[in-house]
Amino acid sequence: MAQAISARGKFAARLARHSTGIIASVLFVAPIVWTALSAFKPAAEARLPPLPPWPTTGFSLENYATLNSFGDGLWASAQNSIYVSVMTVLLSVVVSVLAGYGFSRFRFPFKDLFFVLILSTIMIPFQSILTPIFLVLTKLGLHNTLTGLVGVYVTLQLPFSIFMMRNAFDAVPREIEEAARMDGAGNATMLLRVMLPLVWPGVVTIALFAFLGAWNEFLAALVLMTDQSKFTLPVMMTALQSGRFGAIDWGAVQAGVTVMMVPCLILFLALQRFYIRGLMAGAVK
Amino acid sequence: MTTIIASTTAPPRARKRVGAGRRQWIGLIYVAPAVALVLVFFVIPLGMTAWMSLHNWPLMGEHAFIGLDNYWAILRDTRFWNALKFTGYYTVIVTIAIFAIAFPLAIFIEKPRPLTNLYRTFFFMPAVVGFASASLLWSWLLNVDSGLFSPAAYDLGLIDKKFNLLATFQPAFWSIIAMVVWKVAGFTMIILMTGLQSIPQDLQEAAVIDGAGPFARFRAITLPLMRRTLALALILSVAGSILAFDQFYIILRGGPRNQTLTAVYWIFNQSFVSFKLGYGAALSMVLLVILVALSLIQLWLLRKPEGLD
Repeated sequence: MAQAISARGKFAARLARHSTGIIASVLFVAPIVWTALSAFKPAAEARLPPLPPWPTTGFSLENYATLNSFGDGLWASAQNSIYVSVMTVLLSVVVSVLAGYGFSRFRFPFKDLFFVLILSTIMIPFQSILTPIFLVLTKLGLHNTLTGLVGVYVTLQLPFSIFMMRNAFDAVPREIEEAARMDGAGNATMLLRVMLPLVWPGVVTIALFAFLGAWNEFLAALVLMTDQSKFTLPVMMTALQSGRFGAIDWGAVQAGVTVMMVPCLILFLALQRFYIRGLMAGAVK
Repeated sequence: MTTIIASTTAPPRARKRVGAGRRQWIGLIYVAPAVALVLVFFVIPLGMTAWMSLHNWPLMGEHAFIGLDNYWAILRDTRFWNALKFTGYYTVIVTIAIFAIAFPLAIFIEKPRPLTNLYRTFFFMPAVVGFASASLLWSWLLNVDSGLFSPAAYDLGLIDKKFNLLATFQPAFWSIIAMVVWKVAGFTMIILMTGLQSIPQDLQEAAVIDGAGPFARFRAITLPLMRRTLALALILSVAGSILAFDQFYIILRGGPRNQTLTAVYWIFNQSFVSFKLGYGAALSMVLLVILVALSLIQLWLLRKPEGLD
């Protein structure tokens, strides 16, 4: 008897837990799915309220096509976003791996000063130094160029990613290096062939954060990219949503938002444990 | 070449030190690109912000040194103080709202049980989407004619005429709060979860044996042992909210009636719409001081507990 009651109680608790989990999951995921589904409606239907969210008058890619007809088109902005994000990933990985290795394994003048300098930039909001960054880029001839934007994004990543990489290198036992040195490994071989495979998880983590940071950044791109042909997706989509290209086409907004969200979601789902790892590293220190 | 000379002239011990010293210096080369980037895109702009704040600096034409005039102007700039006040109000409300959702979620997903990982992934998904994407998405959902909320409420008969959520301050403000909580709660949840998981299980069990109820355990064990995690989540939320811009720019354009202009939004307007670069720099300095002060409070809150490592 008592056993039956406790079993029923357990079942009720499990039911309550999973209903909570499912309802909360739906609330968090619904807006994303709603947008992605609505984007497949024909343009006429996309103007109406999204009830139900899926297309009822036939599946269509019309919204994606319209999106490509605004300004320089969706594809041009997407290319800009891809270029900026990929370059930010590559450069911040190279710069952070080198610096992480340098800070972990060598003693040189001003080492502590440089390390503290790089980490302390995290305290200063970049929003407050955008005007001079604009002027510096102009001086360097990088005004209104995607390369200039990449430079800014890489710098924003540095405190986190160098901290990550230095810790990753610190965790590699020195005996491994000494053994490799005995075998005659030079500096480059040492870093690329011996050390890099050992710190690879850290590299994936900083690459993921660099991609998400660059792909999603809005304010710096809005301020620094004045020419429409240089717009990244967030800037382009905001221009479209503000009615800069005539009446607001909500179908096109849904399509554009989907394009902006999907790469982030795929990367996150594929590399989730690296993402959580990065957050933990940040949270524990 | 130099090593050969060194090996012939110096005694063996000194030679070894020179070799090791030279190898150590290579570290400078490794960190040089990072240091150069930080100098060009951070240190120099930071110095320039301070310098520009002392000037009348239009986009075109000559700039002129005007001492502290920009700062005196800030004191009389009621719209900046209103923006700062609004930013503070938003920060308090949104931080409370985020914690109110994220803490229960963190407790919900803390223990490894069936499907927990799946729920965690779902809760976290909005956090990897950018603020700009999330704002664009919600600007559509909140739209009075083509959106979801108002037409759905109308269809369900909850309201007798379509209601524009973005036309007046209160509904517009709470819409933004809802959107930000949706986007950020998963992130805060993960941070709080790491804190919960770091609490030794036997401590909780001992308290259960001693007859402590769930509330007493939460107050006497969970909260004190999570102090550093809580402080971190709090600071991240506060710093992020003080710098809020995307959602207010994209969804509300600072409206209705400029009531939702945040501090960063006001600086953006002064610098890049009115092109008063010097004045914008002075405003930036004020914002910077606030944020640095916050960081110092953070360091103090995050200090290691006394008696422990």
